[in-house]
Amino acid sequence: MQNRRPAREGHQREVMGMDVMGVFNKMDKTFRTLLICLVVLMLLVPIGLIATGTAFGEWGPDELQQAVGYVPAGLQQMTGLWSAPLNGYDLPGDHETIPTQTPGYYVSAIVGVVVAGLIAYGVGKVIIKRND
Amino acid sequence: MHIPDGYLGPTTFITMYLIMIPIWLYAGYWVQKNLRSRQVPYLALAAAFSFVIMMFNVPVPGGSSGHAVGSALVAIILGPWAAVVTTSVALLIQCLVFGDGGITAFGANCFNMGTVIPFVGYFLYKLIAGKSAIASTRRIIAAALGGYFGLGIAAGVAGFEMGIQPILEYTTTAAGVQVPLYMPYGLNVTMPAMLIDHFGFFCWVELIVTGLAFAYIAKNSPDVIFNSKEIEKNAKPEASPGGAPA
Repeated sequence: MQNRRPAREGHQREVMGMDVMGVFNKMDKTFRTLLICLVVLMLLVPIGLIATGTAFGEWGPDELQQAVGYVPAGLQQMTGLWSAPLNGYDLPGDHETIPTQTPGYYVSAIVGVVVAGLIAYGVGKVIIKRND
Repeated sequence: MHIPDGYLGPTTFITMYLIMIPIWLYAGYWVQKNLRSRQVPYLALAAAFSFVIMMFNVPVPGGSSGHAVGSALVAIILGPWAAVVTTSVALLIQCLVFGDGGITAFGANCFNMGTVIPFVGYFLYKLIAGKSAIASTRRIIAAALGGYFGLGIAAGVAGFEMGIQPILEYTTTAAGVQVPLYMPYGLNVTMPAMLIDHFGFFCWVELIVTGLAFAYIAKNSPDVIFNSKEIEKNAKPEASPGGAPA
């Protein structure tokens, strides 16, 4: 969060060689406010961990076994088709409580925001040519 | 509403991919024709915002949970076709990096959350907002209701896709019993479950987020809104006293 510090002349304000405060100050006010809102939302993400129940239709095979007494054959075949690196928005390992899930959830928020933002930015840069 | 792998059979998930391909292509074309390079940072912000808002899971009575999506807001600010692009980007990351939503079901998820929400949300907003001024109370309510119904109707569509699986794909046992191969619950379970959870709970989050964010942008930087010139041109010069039904 070093880029939240007020930038003074001669003050250290570079992050990874980029003049973050300079870039931030050049943005228009609304964009800056929305960016701050995004960061605040990222800080608040652990609230999302309070809900522990699985969403409707997103159960794992074991939950289905319990609910309907069998695992549909096609579902059994297709489940686990892909193993995601941060599966379930968590770091590898067994994390059953909110405090142990929080670090992984923060990492997920940061990775998700940065990657989604960069891809959308890249797509926009490549296809949008209008400057007017 | 992120349908995982194994809940939709091949007939459904292939159909949903086939529906999405022209939608993705046209969305790319629309963005190229209608957005300007100064709006690129907003596209990035929209994708990031959609991603984060979906991390706020809300518990519902009965043990289930769910979340808002944020794509009606993006549709109102940057246009529904731009919302197809930004929501699809967020869904792609969720699927590949976090295992949220299946790879086979990606087309269906992009249709439900990345197409139905933006278009239902945007058209309802347009209908309710009418010729009201850009930052008027009526337009803010229109945006909020667009979020509410966009998400709820998309949940119904997702419930429909899941609920038709027992009819479409099954094996028949020696005793002649039809056993579902994918989603085991039929429409009688999936439709009420999806509609009640969403309209009763998650849609309210979508309503608040869409209304608040739209109000802020409309009041402070209306020029960010993709069709702000059109809205301002069509808006009645002065709200006729007592005339506009708010």
